[in-house]
Amino acid sequence: MKEPLPANFKPTWAIEAEELTKSFGHRLALRGINLKVARGEFFIIFGPNGAGKTTLIKILATLSKPSSGSVRIAGLDLKKSPAEIRHQIGVVCHQTYLYDNLTAYENLRFYGRMYDVTNVEKRIQQVANYMGLVFVLKERMGTLSRGMQQRLSIARAIIHNPEILLLDEPETGLDQNALLLFEDLLTSFRRSNKTLVMTTHNPERGLKMADRVIILAQGKVVYEETKPDVATFKRGYLCEGVRY
Amino acid sequence: MKGYLGKISTIVWKDLLSELRTKNIIVSVLVFALLILVIFNFTFEPKPEIMASISAGILWVAFTFAGMLGLNRSMLIETEKGGIEGLMLCPVDRDAIYFGKVLSSYTFMLIVEIIVLLAFSILFNLPILIPGLLLIVFLATLGLAAVGTLFSVIAVNTRTQEIMLPVLFLPIAVPLLLAAIKATELVLLGESWGALLSCLGIIGAFDAIFLTVSAFVFEYAIEQ
Repeated sequence: MKEPLPANFKPTWAIEAEELTKSFGHRLALRGINLKVARGEFFIIFGPNGAGKTTLIKILATLSKPSSGSVRIAGLDLKKSPAEIRHQIGVVCHQTYLYDNLTAYENLRFYGRMYDVTNVEKRIQQVANYMGLVFVLKERMGTLSRGMQQRLSIARAIIHNPEILLLDEPETGLDQNALLLFEDLLTSFRRSNKTLVMTTHNPERGLKMADRVIILAQGKVVYEETKPDVATFKRGYLCEGVRY
Repeated sequence: MKGYLGKISTIVWKDLLSELRTKNIIVSVLVFALLILVIFNFTFEPKPEIMASISAGILWVAFTFAGMLGLNRSMLIETEKGGIEGLMLCPVDRDAIYFGKVLSSYTFMLIVEIIVLLAFSILFNLPILIPGLLLIVFLATLGLAAVGTLFSVIAVNTRTQEIMLPVLFLPIAVPLLLAAIKATELVLLGESWGALLSCLGIIGAFDAIFLTVSAFVFEYAIEQ
C-alpha cells in the first residue's frame, strides 16, 4: 500500500537503512548495515572490491530487494513505495543504461518520457549544456567515446532533476575535462541541497568533497567519520585492517 | 491509465526506432525463417491432398524458431549496457515494462511472419489471404510473444542463454502450437469458421492466461 505524504513533506533523513542484509544463496553480501544520510549531505562509501558497495547502491536504487532489514528513502518505505522513490533518485552505475543504436538526444528523450519530465526538449538542452553534450546530441551512443558515454549516463541520471543522486564509481572512464565538469555538477548539486551518495576508490577526490565517509568491508560498515582528512582516513582504515 | 499506456508506447517506440536503425533482429530472424521454409520445401514433396496438413506444421516450426531467435536478440539489447536496469529505475510498474517488451517483440514477429507467409505461399503453392489464417497468426503470435518475453528475460540472465530459452519456452508453448497448427490445417483445408472455434478458443485462453500470469511473474524474473 502506498504511503500518503503531504505535498510539502521534507524528511530530515534522505536515506535511512536499518539492519540491512542481502544474501546471494549462502553468500552474505551485506551484513546488518545501519545507515542514515541527511538531506543535502555528500556521503561517500569506500571499500575494497567485493565489499558490498554496489549491492548497497542497487538496493537503495530499488534495483535489488534486501533479504532483511528496512530502508526509507526521502521518507518513503522501499518495499511499499518503490515507484515514488524512483522519482526522487538518479543513478549512475558502471553500466550506462543507454542504447547504442539511439542517438544521445533520443536516449535522453526516452528517459525523459519515462520519468514524465515536463517540457522534455528544454530539459534535454539544459542537461546537454551542463554536461558538454550539445555537439554530440545527434550522434549515436555506440559511436561515442567511453568518457562521452559516461557524461551522457550522468545526463540521463539527472534528466528528471532528482533529489538524491546515487553514484557507483561514476568517474570510471571520464577524462580530465569530464572529471572537472563532473565535480562542478556535484558542487552545484550540493548547493541546491540535494543528497549525494557515491562509491569510489579514489580517497583524495572523495575526501575533498565528502561531508561524511564510511568504509564497507565484507558487507559491514567498519569505519565512519565526518569530514576526515586523508591522513586520518588512512589511519582509520588501516586500523580496521581494510586493504585497498 | 493514460500515463501507463504512455510508458508502454515509449518502450515500444524505443525498440522500434533502435531496430529501424540496424534491422539486426528482423533481417536475421527473417533469413532464418526463410531458410527453414526452403529446407522443408526441398525435404518434403507432399502430395496435394496432404499438403495442408504438413505445411501447417512447417509454417509454425518456422514461426516458432524464428520467434525464439528474435526474442533472445531483443532481450540481449536490453542487457548490453544494462538497459533493463535502466528501465527498472524508471518510476513505472514492472508490468508496463513487460507489456512494452511484449508489444515490441509482437510487432517484430508479425513483420517477419507476413514476409514468411508470402514465401510460404510461393514455395508451397497455398493461399494465404484467408481471414481465418491471418486471425490465427495474429492470436497465436501474441501468445508466443507473451511467454517468450518472460522466458527470454530469465534466459539472458543465465550462462547458457541461447539454450535456456528453448528449454523453458517450448514445453510451455506446446498447447498453443498444437492448437495453432491444427487451426492452420483446417483453414488451409477450407473448413468453416465453426470448425476453427475450439482451436481459436484454446489460443485465446492461452493468450489471456499467459499475458496475465507473465505480467505478474515478470517482476520477480527481472529483480535480483
